[in-house]
Amino acid sequence: MSEVFDVLIDQPFFTGMTDEQLRAVSETARLVTFEEGAVMFVEGGPARRSYLILDGDVALSLRTQEHGAKTIQTLHRGDFVGWSWMYPPYRWSFDANVRSEVSAVQFDGPLLKKLSLADPELGYELLRRFTEVIVTRMQALRIQLLDVYSTFR
Amino acid sequence: MSTQLSVKADAHVMSPVPCRILSVEQELQDTYTLEVEPPGDEWSFLPGQYTMLYAFGIGEVPISISGDPEDSTKIVQTIRAVGAVTDALVGLRPGDYVGVRGPFGTAWDTQAAEGRDVLIVAGGVGLAPLRPVVFDVLNHRERYENVTLMYGARSPGDLLFASQIREWRGRFDLEVLITVDQADDSWRGPVGVVTSLVGRSSFDGDTAVAFVCGPEVMMRFTIQALERGGLTDDRLYVSMERNMKCGVGLCGHCQLGKFFLCKEGPVMTCAQMAGSCWIREV
Repeated sequence: MSEVFDVLIDQPFFTGMTDEQLRAVSETARLVTFEEGAVMFVEGGPARRSYLILDGDVALSLRTQEHGAKTIQTLHRGDFVGWSWMYPPYRWSFDANVRSEVSAVQFDGPLLKKLSLADPELGYELLRRFTEVIVTRMQALRIQLLDVYSTFR
Repeated sequence: MSTQLSVKADAHVMSPVPCRILSVEQELQDTYTLEVEPPGDEWSFLPGQYTMLYAFGIGEVPISISGDPEDSTKIVQTIRAVGAVTDALVGLRPGDYVGVRGPFGTAWDTQAAEGRDVLIVAGGVGLAPLRPVVFDVLNHRERYENVTLMYGARSPGDLLFASQIREWRGRFDLEVLITVDQADDSWRGPVGVVTSLVGRSSFDGDTAVAFVCGPEVMMRFTIQALERGGLTDDRLYVSMERNMKCGVGLCGHCQLGKFFLCKEGPVMTCAQMAGSCWIREV
């Protein structure tokens, strides 16, 4: 647990949180590694975890009938992977595959939620940070949707 | 150092000079690079400038110069075929002639970046007008701190100057970050918008200088990301484009706010534009 705390305290995502809050969050987490090619989770699977990438690359993809697997985004050091545990139906909405060996902090989603309900101030701090990540990703996806580099004739 | 070669607004500057095509190379499905014999022995240009290229009997368009500013033996121009004139230009062959006026416009202020981190952020065919900056910085590498090229394209098949990028990636004194908006599983590189590369690069936000070129919406969001990284308006340079016709600030077609982009641009700082040029109606 103290090892996780030592890792989290250096992560920009948690900047501004108190040591006490970080210790509480650390209790829901552990350090994990994934080999290159490993499957972190698949679309439709039960969503109970979140991952903060410490090193390595993860590809998020969607499968379509016409085009097979299409990578929609890659995530790298410092990025969070997965928050579908926060909202119903608590199922992953895409596949996450490990591109290069990943070391990460794995968070237990339901435990984090329980912690947030017991400590609303901590819950707010976490939700504020997650929301910022979600908004940034949504903005980026909107730009991708615009297909700004295509030729218009 | 002046960022603009002076161009006399007289009849001569409005007359295209016939110049011979030396080579035509296809870069992408719709993008070609032409090498053209310069109009004279004293030809030179600054990174960021453009010429007006005239396809005889068809029409004339502004095209960014994409070559090395220290190579005065040829004019290198990268053209995306998006209409009648550009279709005609990319259809030319070695030995054919094209009309050349210029160079025109303002340049990327590499002197302002000396002693600082340099960020070169390109989207799509926007890498063409930025390539001369990369050449210029690498030709005088000792003058700059960390140099980073961030480049985003639609898909792996749309990466412009791919072999050049591979060459740059082999250098130890240049960080090259690439991403594409969409890819299938055969692509093992990053997928995401170019703005996502800003957070993955290390630079001193208090002093770095950024040169940004690409679709305007891409530049808008890139500037926001760079500002979050600490850059201020006076250190953010963009290449603005509008419908340029004369190249010398006479016809007014390229007016953007109070600026004639053909002459007072295309390269400008965000401080110069001071928000007036991001207004939707303008």
